[in-house]
Amino acid sequence: MHARADTAAEQAASWPNEIFAVLQRFEVRQVPYVPDAGHSQLIARVLASPGMRGIPLTTEEEGVALLVGAFAGGQRGVLLMQSSGVGNCINMLSLTQVFRFPFLTLVTMRGEWGEFNPWQVPMGSSTQAAFELCGVRVLRASHPAEVREVVEAAAAQAYNACTPTAVLLSQRLIGAKEFTK
Amino acid sequence: MSKANLLDRRRVVSALLADRKEALVVGGLGAATYDIAAAGDHARNLYLWGAMGGAVMIGLGLALAQPQLPVVIITGDGEMLMGMGGLATVGLQKPANLSIIVLDNECYGETGGQMSHTAASTDLVGIARACGIQNVHAISTLGEVEAFAKTLQDVAAGPRFASVKIDSANLERVLSSRDGNFILNRLRGSLGLNPM
Repeated sequence: MHARADTAAEQAASWPNEIFAVLQRFEVRQVPYVPDAGHSQLIARVLASPGMRGIPLTTEEEGVALLVGAFAGGQRGVLLMQSSGVGNCINMLSLTQVFRFPFLTLVTMRGEWGEFNPWQVPMGSSTQAAFELCGVRVLRASHPAEVREVVEAAAAQAYNACTPTAVLLSQRLIGAKEFTK
Repeated sequence: MSKANLLDRRRVVSALLADRKEALVVGGLGAATYDIAAAGDHARNLYLWGAMGGAVMIGLGLALAQPQLPVVIITGDGEMLMGMGGLATVGLQKPANLSIIVLDNECYGETGGQMSHTAASTDLVGIARACGIQNVHAISTLGEVEAFAKTLQDVAAGPRFASVKIDSANLERVLSSRDGNFILNRLRGSLGLNPM
């Protein structure tokens, strides 16, 4: 099973630390997020970091707008959210094309790979297509060993080539949420 | 439609920006952007022609990145209503250099003057306060606007929020640049930052 968040294996996962190290290397300063269990370890690292500011949002589209302001003021940022939140961002993603600012988001996937909750499936199934319709390139990581290089590639093309990029962190990587034992 | 005794939006914005000094100014979609342009084009103006509901959050990102500079968001009641969650996010982050001013004409002037929630029931000042923004003001006179304008330069006493009740007359549009990338990089240049 791919139990989530509450198993020893999940707590010991090293890929969230690897993501954190990539964000440090790229001098990311503002980290807006809507919490997701799959991001919990990374969010904890961000909130404990003196160099990064974790910024809880009420809805994901706030984070897209925040990152415009951050870049205007000379800081890099990354938006952390769950796949359900991607739909909330659609109109605000226009800003990636209008301003051509470096946009990077890391998205934990629901609605795939052994999902229990049917309510997660519609948005999870259209997450990648929605990004692509909005002009955001999509990379995916499904195995722990590939997370670091995928996030590194995404950060490089977002910050260096100004290519709006989303990394989908597969439910296969995170583990499907267990509702029953 | 114009009511007596309500403030003229252009006079309000001119008064707010008359002595702006180093301030960075974000203009919300719609008439607020025209008002800021009417007060005088400036490299530190970030005009929004879309992204309805995003003005406060763009200002927050800017304020956190440039904590030593005053950041002033000027937007309308409709734009503010669409992004009210941003007030909760600002209330949590408490950027001391951030000021939010809502020009409240109680309607959607750009789309035909349909009434907004603030005409009947919604109290934006109360919402801002309830979101943890302690420095809040309900403004209805030019004297109050001028007094508030002086406080914008104090980057240690925010975040502050003001709702200014204005006349709902639709004024002639004053059009700023609509090229987002130009506007963004011009602002960055004024801060000594390079384009991408």
